[in-house]
Amino acid sequence: MCLIEQELHSFIGENYLLAREDSLNSNDSFLEKGIFDSTGILELVSFVEHKYNIELEPDELVPENLDSIASLARFLQRKLDAQNAIPEMSVTAPSVRSGL
Amino acid sequence: MNASPAVSPDILRIDAASEAERIAASIRDLVFNKLRRKGAVVGVSGGVDSAVVAFLCARALGPERVLVLFTPEADSSSDSLRLGKMVAGSIGAPSLLEDITPILQAAGCYERRDAAIRQVVPEFGPRHKCKMVLPDLLSGNRYPIYFMVVQSPNGKTKQVRLTAEAYLGVLAATNLKQRTRKLVEYYYADLKHYVVAGTPNRLEYDQGFFVRYGDGAADLKPIAHLYKSQVYQLAAYLGVPQEIQNRVPTTDTYSLEQSQEEFYFSLPLEKMDLCLYGKNKGIAASELAPLVGLPERQVERVYSLIDAKRNATRYLHMAPGLVEPIPEV
Repeated sequence: MCLIEQELHSFIGENYLLAREDSLNSNDSFLEKGIFDSTGILELVSFVEHKYNIELEPDELVPENLDSIASLARFLQRKLDAQNAIPEMSVTAPSVRSGL
Repeated sequence: MNASPAVSPDILRIDAASEAERIAASIRDLVFNKLRRKGAVVGVSGGVDSAVVAFLCARALGPERVLVLFTPEADSSSDSLRLGKMVAGSIGAPSLLEDITPILQAAGCYERRDAAIRQVVPEFGPRHKCKMVLPDLLSGNRYPIYFMVVQSPNGKTKQVRLTAEAYLGVLAATNLKQRTRKLVEYYYADLKHYVVAGTPNRLEYDQGFFVRYGDGAADLKPIAHLYKSQVYQLAAYLGVPQEIQNRVPTTDTYSLEQSQEEFYFSLPLEKMDLCLYGKNKGIAASELAPLVGLPERQVERVYSLIDAKRNATRYLHMAPGLVEPIPEV
């Protein structure tokens, strides 16, 4: 798991899985798992924009880019690669569980 | 390929005459027996849902036991009041007008909303107009993320993605409108020993398209089980004025005209109706798609969004949480 995925897992675990008993895996759909409401998805977008110093364009706000940790991490990596700012990679990280 | 009988174009057809009688009987029972009140206050917006509820209450209780209430404010369309008066005139019920603008001004509704908008549109001022929108599901596969559309005094519009903070600020301020309306409705309900009739249809009730303790507050909700197209069938049967039947459903909350579709459902209401019905009846997306006129993948996506909205808005339906039950009441 890359660093971006780990950071997304942490952000979502700390903010949206507070007392939930289910876990969130990297490929789980946010929509299907009911992770975010209208506010949560705006917070997620703000988080990644500030964290990675990027701006998401309206046509990038599609489920293919945003609807799971894995797809979001891949999208961010591509965007960062395009800006020549590849963050450090790591190998393993656990899935997020409630109470993190 | 023809649609199977389970998904025929008539799936939402109702017997309007018998449904109107069934609802009227239920309203009578609820108001006179269960709630033990003498009549009903109906806040009428000029839209088809509140018109149908007013007609049904008049049918159930007698028009003299229905108080039609108009509660316009600074951002309301002038059509709302004109059409609302048409409803009261058609059923022959007494009506009252309470402009809630002064209450909202005193509560800081407009100022707080404008300050929240200025977080993303710094030049926003009192002469600007605005509305909050979701992307249209039909024109692309965009994630349901809110944007603010702003029109400057010279008529130029621009669309800006909201931040979470600005979104919550706008929502908290504009929700004062629905809560103030309800406060006025309950004032008159208390004054006359009436109930307050709520006006959500099934789409709104199921998908949480209401403000908790705002328009979501009511003593009875007589059309909450009806899909929007069924409400239109009842409207036609009851003789609701044609102009009201033809009006595009709006939120009447923002200064720019805003349809319910762009604010909440992201899909034309007749398609949303069919998708909600299909999901409720367990109809496969592939089977429903030809009837809705959308690709199968799009219907699957709408099914997912229905679940997502249900999850996100479930708390709106909940009674206040207690640490333990109190069985005596």
